[in-house]
Amino acid sequence: MKIKEKAKVLDAEQIDKSLVRIAHEILENNKDVEDLAIVGIRTRGAILAQRLAAKIGSIKGSLVPVGALDITLYRDDLTTVAEQPVVHKTEIDFDIHESVIVLVDDVLYTGRTIRCALDALIDFGRPKSIQLAVLVDRGHRELPIRADYAGKNIPTSQKETVQVKIKESDGVDEVVVAEKED
Amino acid sequence: MAVAWKRKDLLDLESLSAEEIELILETTGSFKEISQRPIKKVPTLRGQTVVLFFFEPSTRTRTSFELAAKRMSADIVNIQTNASSLTKGETLKDTARNIEAMKVNIIIMRHSCSGAPHMLAGSVSPSIINAGDGSHEHPTQGLLDIFTIKEHKKKIEGLNVSIIGDIAHSRVARSNIWGLTKLGAKVTVCGPATLMPPEVEKLGVKVTYDIKEAIEGADVINMLRIQLERQGQNLFPSIRDYSMAFGLDAGKMKMAKKDVLIMHPGPVNRGVEITPEVADGPYSVILEQVTNGIAVRMAVLYLLSGVKERVE
Repeated sequence: MKIKEKAKVLDAEQIDKSLVRIAHEILENNKDVEDLAIVGIRTRGAILAQRLAAKIGSIKGSLVPVGALDITLYRDDLTTVAEQPVVHKTEIDFDIHESVIVLVDDVLYTGRTIRCALDALIDFGRPKSIQLAVLVDRGHRELPIRADYAGKNIPTSQKETVQVKIKESDGVDEVVVAEKED
Repeated sequence: MAVAWKRKDLLDLESLSAEEIELILETTGSFKEISQRPIKKVPTLRGQTVVLFFFEPSTRTRTSFELAAKRMSADIVNIQTNASSLTKGETLKDTARNIEAMKVNIIIMRHSCSGAPHMLAGSVSPSIINAGDGSHEHPTQGLLDIFTIKEHKKKIEGLNVSIIGDIAHSRVARSNIWGLTKLGAKVTVCGPATLMPPEVEKLGVKVTYDIKEAIEGADVINMLRIQLERQGQNLFPSIRDYSMAFGLDAGKMKMAKKDVLIMHPGPVNRGVEITPEVADGPYSVILEQVTNGIAVRMAVLYLLSGVKERVE
């Protein structure tokens, strides 16, 4: 199966601007919050979480704890995928009890990844609230889940894929919409 | 990671490739954190059944496997052999077929006969994990030893690892030798000639009967339990004599490297193969081995549970 690139929807500068805007929105919505923490979903969500935490930290003038969550062990399709996906480390080195967690992922699609992430996160304690930030919301939800902060809404068809590329893992910052060809 | 896990069973380290061993070690690293959480449980094996089938006494290994399976939300059944129908004359294969008919997913098995898990693996569809078969192999112990070494030394390749004690009867020694040599370590085995299997050097290890040679220059020293029940077989003159020649004590530790790791698979005979001051000393990672054992077994359960191809 080949994948044909159709359109670049965000470049490096637009990605950065989106993260700056999300950082401001998070601070606006959580004015009096002391225990704010950012948790990203591996792989790309965790990298975006690092960037977002740095931006929030520099606006606020104090460090924001940041963690990484691997959701593999919580997936609802392990019995149907061909072979076991690689399990990566979950790294949450702070107490999430009574804190406000902003969960970060690159793309929001069916909502199943977020469902896994909520289960995984709650196994670490009982946060006061969990909010969701994504770089791209592409629609087609299969569960009652929505984003509190979205970099960009991109209406897509289910034949299309949204590829978020991040410098740390893919060598370049960009978001492209591509289409699968049979 | 380049390699994907394809095997239905984990029977030994002899048949695994270096890449497959590395995959288990990597996966173990990700599982270790779960046992440090306040809620030590993930839902991965929900609805799967794990049978613990132990034909030999065991505390550490059985408890470790049981906790590993429970922390992954599997359901566990323990079969005690003295209370099972095997005492009524049922064959091992028949017992296993009956367990299979109850739709279990994984059978963890310890047996005094070398090769017993291999025989069952080919004839039943659940995954078989060898938890020690006779004096053949104990793959998860080998893996947890290698994982513990790697955590401290960051690599296995090029390390000098000495295994000291009853090599002939030790399945732990054999799994360590296979795993470590595949990953590029230089393994030395040491013990009295009566407890050294013939032609052991064919496994790619150096053999010495002088403990001084095994201690000097070793990055890791793995002390094996001397099986006291073998004392009656005249394999060594006396416990005291064995201890003088092959026991690790503070005096002999003076010959060791400054950053040596001291390991022991347990149960420890204090004052026989290792003195308390060494077993509890600063170089000892004996209890870390136990902690890592759970993570290794969780990783193995995870990898095996994903395999779709089964025996018909």
